[in-house]
Amino acid sequence: MQFFLQQCLIGITNGALVALVALGYTMVYGIIRLINFAHGDLIMLGACLALTLVSAFGLAGGGMVTTWCGVVLLVLLCGLFCGGLNVAVDRIVYRPLRNAPKLAPLVSAIGVSFIFMNIGLFWLGPADRSFPELLPAANLLAGDGLQFTAKDLLVLVVVIPLMVALSLLVKSTRLGKAMRAVSQDPTAAALVGIDVDRVIAFTFFVGGFLGGAASVIYGLYINTISFQMGFQNGLYAFTAAVLGGIGSIPGAVVGGLVIGLVRSLSSAYVGERWTGAIVFVILIVILVFRPEGLLGRGTKEKV
Amino acid sequence: MLNDRPSGMHDVTGAVPLRERLVAFVRERWELVALVVCAVAPLVVPALGGALGGQVTTLFIYCILALGLNVMVGYTGLVHLGIAAFFGIGAYVFAILTVPMYPFQMRFVTAAAVSVLATAAIGLALGAPTLRLRGDYLAIVTLGFGEVVKVTLRNLEQITGGMKGLNPVPPPGKGVVIGGTDLGLAFAIDPRWFYYLALAALAVVVVAMRRLEQSRLGRAWVAVREDELAASAMGISATRVKLSAFAMSSAVAGLAGCLYAASLSTTADPNAYDFNRSIMVLCAVILGGLGSIPGTLLGVALLVGFDTVLAPWADAAIQQWNINPSGSSLLSFSGWRLAIFGLALVLVMRYRPEGLVPSRRMAAELHKEHP
Repeated sequence: MQFFLQQCLIGITNGALVALVALGYTMVYGIIRLINFAHGDLIMLGACLALTLVSAFGLAGGGMVTTWCGVVLLVLLCGLFCGGLNVAVDRIVYRPLRNAPKLAPLVSAIGVSFIFMNIGLFWLGPADRSFPELLPAANLLAGDGLQFTAKDLLVLVVVIPLMVALSLLVKSTRLGKAMRAVSQDPTAAALVGIDVDRVIAFTFFVGGFLGGAASVIYGLYINTISFQMGFQNGLYAFTAAVLGGIGSIPGAVVGGLVIGLVRSLSSAYVGERWTGAIVFVILIVILVFRPEGLLGRGTKEKV
Repeated sequence: MLNDRPSGMHDVTGAVPLRERLVAFVRERWELVALVVCAVAPLVVPALGGALGGQVTTLFIYCILALGLNVMVGYTGLVHLGIAAFFGIGAYVFAILTVPMYPFQMRFVTAAAVSVLATAAIGLALGAPTLRLRGDYLAIVTLGFGEVVKVTLRNLEQITGGMKGLNPVPPPGKGVVIGGTDLGLAFAIDPRWFYYLALAALAVVVVAMRRLEQSRLGRAWVAVREDELAASAMGISATRVKLSAFAMSSAVAGLAGCLYAASLSTTADPNAYDFNRSIMVLCAVILGGLGSIPGTLLGVALLVGFDTVLAPWADAAIQQWNINPSGSSLLSFSGWRLAIFGLALVLVMRYRPEGLVPSRRMAAELHKEHP
């Protein structure tokens, strides 16, 4: 029982991280119906920057307060970096293709992901790189039962406020309203005076910012990064987004948690090497029986 | 481009100069010209009897694979991100039917036929429940299926040999003696035998594709691509048409897989059938021109040529001129491989989405003013 609870705890922490990445996919898909293949590799670049910054400022040697301040600063910097990069890619690559057939932006996104991967290859080198352990591995819970370390705490401390902020942004601000309007019908949104391109750029920025934050947490939590990490993580996160109903923000969070739990439980009970297969079998089954995802709404095809 | 055949008038009057007629002939019958050139090449170029012959054989096999993918992505407009899985299934089924480890040990042709059918059946089994999904969801399902297949091939060690793969796959015609020589031995010694086998298979696939394109089914594929709802309103069963595209695509990929396993005499390790392979084949089809047979062949030739000819040559040149004494990957040509592919994809999508050698219909569709 305790083993099971421990695995669930790991799953939820992992899932929160997956959800953060999934939000980037789901927001971009929600607004321009594009599977942003480059999102995973964007996060890989964020992790590269995080590693460079940590090494440059020697954060690993600091005390408790320095470390936590440093982490917050890292999250902000990497978030800005990834957000900015995402906006730049949108401006240069995707925006000229707004009226092109659907395949064009999808293939371009695959192209961008290759370019990012190549940059990551130059940045990190071909081998795995270890990310310094900034946080103590001591158990924060009393007793020798469940393990809950500072790393797990970090994930929740960063993820939960970001998600709350995001839902406030989308639900209660003018910009959020504009985002929802563009997502429902870009033409009608333009007609009522919304600057559609700016709203799309902003969405890319928010998605990229969350991805940048995720990249820092990924580095601190998993402690190994490589130029190929984007593909696998992107795929899991995308699965989470689809599972929850792509385009739906709460859906991405729920999907992320489910994927995190599935991963940790299947690693514990079936074997790590089957995890990838299990996740994708679940994805296929969900898509077959409930293509709109857990929380998504169905869409009608139009001629 | 392919359809602007010269009118009969010129041929009758004979007033057209020879050179122009030659160009027209090559345009009209490019398949035949290419086939003759490829068929004669091993007799003229001795290098094709060595390692180069093996490389060109692999090129032909990728061409077959890409033509299979083209059925789905090009004709029917369904994005397929897991074609390598079907390539792998073909290779593994073929290997299971032929390697000494298993009791079947079928002849080449029987084993190839069975594995093509098996791959098509698996394609149908995946396609039947998933084809009602929207375009991008379908793309993800195929991607996920590709990962599942790769993980399964890697983990079912008792059946697939795990990372070692299945080997040795015997050469075709083993034990068949013609004129005193064992055909299998001939295949094993001289790569030109495989060269001709792969070329023949490619020729058959190209002709079959050309016929399919113009058939009722082929036109139905295109109709579904252009507008599924309108096509079903015209009485086309979109599901059946898409399923047939899925099965055809899988079957052709399975054929490519058989040839691949036979020519390497091993299935290689499961990573040979991963997402990267799928994406590279997809890139080839897109670069060359969706729905265009010559475009697909050109795309594969460009991509494979980049990896096997251009990149080694440029690296050697960089080394020779001593530009890169420290051996940094920034200054090696092959270090930029991914970025070059990525940039090519982005630029093609931006400026020439119909590809380098477009099919006329696709070009018209992609450049229409009002969607």
